[in-house]
Amino acid sequence: MKRKTHNKNLAKRIRQSIPFYIMILPGLLYLLINNYLPLPGLQLAFKRLNYAEGVWGSPWVGLKNFKYLFRSPDSWIIIRNTLLYNTAFICLGTAFSVTIAILLNECSRKWQKRYQTFILIPHLLSYVVVSYIVYAFLGGENGMINNQLLRPLGFSDISWYTEDKYWPFILVFVNIWKTFGYSSIIYFASIIGIDRTYYEAAEVDGASALKQIRSITIPLLKPVLITMILLSIGRILYSDFGLFYQVPMNSGMLFDTTNTIDTFVYRGLMESNDVDRAAAANFIQSVLGFFLVLTANMIIRKTEKEHALF
Amino acid sequence: MSKYNRKIRIVSNIVLFAMTLLCVLPLILLVTSSFTAEEVLAQNGYSFFPQKWGLDAYLYLWETRKTLLQAYKMTFLVTLIGVSCGLTITTLFAYGLSKRSLPGRSVIAFMVFFSMLFNGGLIPSYLMWTQTFHIKDTIFALLVPNLMMNGFSVIVMRSFFQSSIPEELLEAAKLDGAGEWKILAWIVLPLSKPILSTITLLTGLGYWNDWMNGMYYLVGRTDLFTIQNVLNRMISSMDFLRNSNLTTAIESGIRTPSIGIRMAIAVIALIPILVVYPFLQKGFVKGIVIGSVKG
Repeated sequence: MKRKTHNKNLAKRIRQSIPFYIMILPGLLYLLINNYLPLPGLQLAFKRLNYAEGVWGSPWVGLKNFKYLFRSPDSWIIIRNTLLYNTAFICLGTAFSVTIAILLNECSRKWQKRYQTFILIPHLLSYVVVSYIVYAFLGGENGMINNQLLRPLGFSDISWYTEDKYWPFILVFVNIWKTFGYSSIIYFASIIGIDRTYYEAAEVDGASALKQIRSITIPLLKPVLITMILLSIGRILYSDFGLFYQVPMNSGMLFDTTNTIDTFVYRGLMESNDVDRAAAANFIQSVLGFFLVLTANMIIRKTEKEHALF
Repeated sequence: MSKYNRKIRIVSNIVLFAMTLLCVLPLILLVTSSFTAEEVLAQNGYSFFPQKWGLDAYLYLWETRKTLLQAYKMTFLVTLIGVSCGLTITTLFAYGLSKRSLPGRSVIAFMVFFSMLFNGGLIPSYLMWTQTFHIKDTIFALLVPNLMMNGFSVIVMRSFFQSSIPEELLEAAKLDGAGEWKILAWIVLPLSKPILSTITLLTGLGYWNDWMNGMYYLVGRTDLFTIQNVLNRMISSMDFLRNSNLTTAIESGIRTPSIGIRMAIAVIALIPILVVYPFLQKGFVKGIVIGSVKG
């Protein structure tokens, strides 16, 4: 009897919700198509792609793609590059952004707004435009650094786009240049959120600004900091395709220090017709990446419960 | 303020001023380079203080304006359509999901959330869009994949609806006999302007700056190229503009000022963003802050 009324209630609730279901439908369809429908394509990592037959019709090859991937030196290079670059971005980028956020907090209101406006500009540029800007500095024949800096000082030109040893520095610099404004604003927002009475009390006790930063701002910033770092660690297998493909201008001589999982997958699919290895790398990135996010979230839930994603 | 604290303020201002220069100077180099005479560029390279200013690059772009105007038109069109569709489906989706009594709500909410954690990657998506939906070389390639809606905006918007729209207001409207669609249009949306403008801004920037979809899916139809796609193509082939405007370029007898052009066209792609940015700056900052709180 009870169950019957429950069913009746549910039926009634569903009937009342029809307008909402209609509202949800287009977005849900888009989500299903854009994010879920491709997932069966991951099986390609265990298949040999036959374009005519499609994903489902292609023949199974077991773990051959993975063996093929890991036997080549590329696999080591792309994994190393992806991990090392992300580590550098996490360490240097975070330290830099937090410093800027703290200093921003010491400026006057009026100037805070102005500085925010300017440091956010790189975030608005696409990586194609950024690659042109980098080229204006580093171009071999016409670049500003070779022409206006090295030659007048008596050094010989550096062929930036053919020598891979410079690129770890260049890419870390460009990445921080493009992203620090954005993350500084995030940290700045949480600094502003800190209860003012802490600072007032410290002021009364005669604590200097530096002391306040050290014993109030940084400790209270820690939860956000830990969360942001763990989230980045969860995405450590992903790299910004634009940074690693456009900024080095897809120069083959730089692959040793610029090739990451994302650029490798793209080139395998679109440029070198090496779909087998690319699909294997794609699979590792997706699946391992998912477990990394889960792990990161688990740790966040243990340390900073209110910041956990789920 | 003590002497010591004043020192910190001065140091902070110096550092942030340096950061401002760091962010702005590269753009200035782009602009000065594009306005440098081609022969000076060939000799001295890109420079902040060119020995001779010149309009060679822009004159050449004017000669090839057909391609560029078309690309500009595509950028505007794609951004406009993309943002309209994206904002519509995101808002409707988020509003529906904000109804706590909706049967099946938690399942759908989980699907949104899971889409943010797990990603199939490039190859499965590419094969689906090209083999199942055949969007290669159509305008849909620029509009549909990835950019239209994402789980993040849905979640941010849903929490806005749940926290900032008073339930009693909706109840009252319902008692007055208003249907759900009317309530959404006349009560909820006017109260949601801040979040709507933030999502519009983020989606719009995504479309305006996108070059990946064009790079993946536009192979033959260069007439569909947006300005970012043209820039992207010009990295690998400087001749792209000349080839697509072959006749006009030959007729006018202008040689390609290839060194300056790269910078001029990048400047042209930048101008609209830099022009509207000061007016939208507040919204961007707010968008970032909202994102950090919810994410």
